[in-house]
Amino acid sequence: MARRTAVGHVRIIVAKVGLDGHDRGVKVVARALRDAGYEVIYTGLRQTPEMVVDAALQEDAQVIGLSIHSGAHMTLFPAVVEELKRREATDIVVFGGGIIPDDDIQALKKQGVEEIFTPGTPLQDIVEWLRRRFPEGSTK
Amino acid sequence: MKVRSRDSKQAWQEDFESSPRRDDGIETSTISGVPVNPLYTSEDLPRRPEEMPGQFPYTRGIHPSGYRGRLWTMRQFSGFATAEETNRRYKYLLGNGQTGLSVAFDMPTLMGQDSDAPTSRGEVGHCGVAVDSLADMETLFDGIPLGDITTSMTINSPAAILLCMYIAVAEKQGVPADRLGGTLQNDILKEFIAQKEFIFPPAPSMRLVVDSIEYCAKEVPKWNTISISGYHIREAGSTAAQELAFTLADGMAYVDACLERGMHIDDFASRLSFFFDAHIDFFEEIAKFRAARRIWARWMRERYGAQKERSWKLRFHTQTAGVSLTAQQPELNIARTAVEALAAVLGGTQSLHTNAMDEVLALPTDKAARLALRTQQLLAYETGVANTIDPLGGSYFVEALTDEMERQAEAYFKRIDDLGGVIPAIETGFFQKEIADAAFRYQQELEQKKRLMVGVNEFMVDDEPPIEILRIDPKLEREQSERVREVRRKRDQAKCSNALARLRKAAAGTDNLMPYILDAVREYATEGEIMQSMIDVFGTYTEKAVV
Repeated sequence: MARRTAVGHVRIIVAKVGLDGHDRGVKVVARALRDAGYEVIYTGLRQTPEMVVDAALQEDAQVIGLSIHSGAHMTLFPAVVEELKRREATDIVVFGGGIIPDDDIQALKKQGVEEIFTPGTPLQDIVEWLRRRFPEGSTK
Repeated sequence: MKVRSRDSKQAWQEDFESSPRRDDGIETSTISGVPVNPLYTSEDLPRRPEEMPGQFPYTRGIHPSGYRGRLWTMRQFSGFATAEETNRRYKYLLGNGQTGLSVAFDMPTLMGQDSDAPTSRGEVGHCGVAVDSLADMETLFDGIPLGDITTSMTINSPAAILLCMYIAVAEKQGVPADRLGGTLQNDILKEFIAQKEFIFPPAPSMRLVVDSIEYCAKEVPKWNTISISGYHIREAGSTAAQELAFTLADGMAYVDACLERGMHIDDFASRLSFFFDAHIDFFEEIAKFRAARRIWARWMRERYGAQKERSWKLRFHTQTAGVSLTAQQPELNIARTAVEALAAVLGGTQSLHTNAMDEVLALPTDKAARLALRTQQLLAYETGVANTIDPLGGSYFVEALTDEMERQAEAYFKRIDDLGGVIPAIETGFFQKEIADAAFRYQQELEQKKRLMVGVNEFMVDDEPPIEILRIDPKLEREQSERVREVRRKRDQAKCSNALARLRKAAAGTDNLMPYILDAVREYATEGEIMQSMIDVFGTYTEKAVV
């Protein structure tokens, strides 16, 4: 487990939003990010957008990773972005994953979700995306 | 004879060692990591009396006639949007010769909340049909004679409520409860272990399950009161042996709970049914199904002392593995599903759902749903596999693997016992950790290309054409929310509140809750209100998140 350092440390909230309990993917991703040296806080299931943003602010996280498999992504992912705006925390980067059709990915990106990873994505791709997004962040 | 056979095996071994071998770094163990030999011979056959279909311990099947007597039931799971739309789909399916229905509910229904609850936003009608009250259930089965069909309902925490709604619709059609046939999933333990659609803590959850089993044994005797499910355990990333072991352990936990209630084993055991995954590792799956029957028969006869033969027989439904499907080159999913369905058939399943190729992206389109059903029909009528009972029985490999599955399951039963049983093991996160470890191990093997998924980490294509997917109109959520508000406005509020108050009081005592739930349902109390009445007494459960 990575330790928190004063500068450039990247802390990630990983959350399951919505009602579905399918947590295989989110747990595998959480472990992979932790193994890559990030500090990962997994919130558990059934988080509302408000709860996710609360957790991110309390934990002083730079990144929120959202997972959903129920088809409610078009409602709940933008709701997290809106909540960040409302709480003036738009510096927090939001990405997501799950069963999300291509057309929806484009729409979500327009609404402020920075990246979407769909089933079959190599874990390394997610890690590399984070490294590019936070090049200054120490990961070990 | 014996000496010569050993000699020839030795000679083969030498030839094998000196032959060139593939050097691609791909694992030769099963997808679950069970080591597999390059060859099995008569030396690997177990020494035991020959097993026969229809005879204890039923390794070769529960029916003496196999599929010669009756083919498996092709039972496709469906449900989407509103009760009205799903009703139209059901009538279409029944009109095309399907004799059984299988209801998929949406997430708010599965989680026991109404469509207009704040946490239902974005979820209504997406994963299945939205049912908020008896009014929706009446619409769902409008014009469908419940005395003539069987219905499977996939629902767990609120299972008792949906069953009561079904009974109440039947009453209105003039069909008595003892004529109703079908299956309720009602398996809360695997929710705590894998799918996580739990609401109440384990103890009151188990009480509700036992209440429904006890009630149905008397009032709805043809109903399969529980479908003890390995499917969700496997889909959450478990191995085949974990799926087998955890599911059967759950089954025994339900048996223990019913016995504790004072029921007699032979009064309920034959109404317990099972539900397994058919994953992509062909022989391992067949071995898993065969081992499941053998283990269950033994435990029921020897540990629980069941006297009736039908109490010993493990009957199961199978669904092909959603988790094996890929969003990449989705047409490949048709081939994957066919192989998995074949494993289920060779494993002797009683009923089967084949996944549609686009289910990895969304609910299936009509065309994809039809192709999935056609895949089963092709297996049944073109391939000849249904003509011989347990055609792989006696295969050196399949018999050895069946024994290995049994051995691994028994080892897990011991570990679960050492932890104090299924519920303590849930509370300490034992199952969750075992599954998460297995899922992570598999993902690592994919990343290292020790295992390949065609189209995902090998044989990829650029620029895949998008495929057509089914979309749910967002206005449906507003309409369904309006509908439930209208139900609340129109009903006799005093009667409804009284029924809910009686339920709350009963929940605090020890009565069987089914009659109280049925009363509330008849007064058009909504699902969310009935759940809330019980939450007031039972509280809710929060899982300690294990990564």
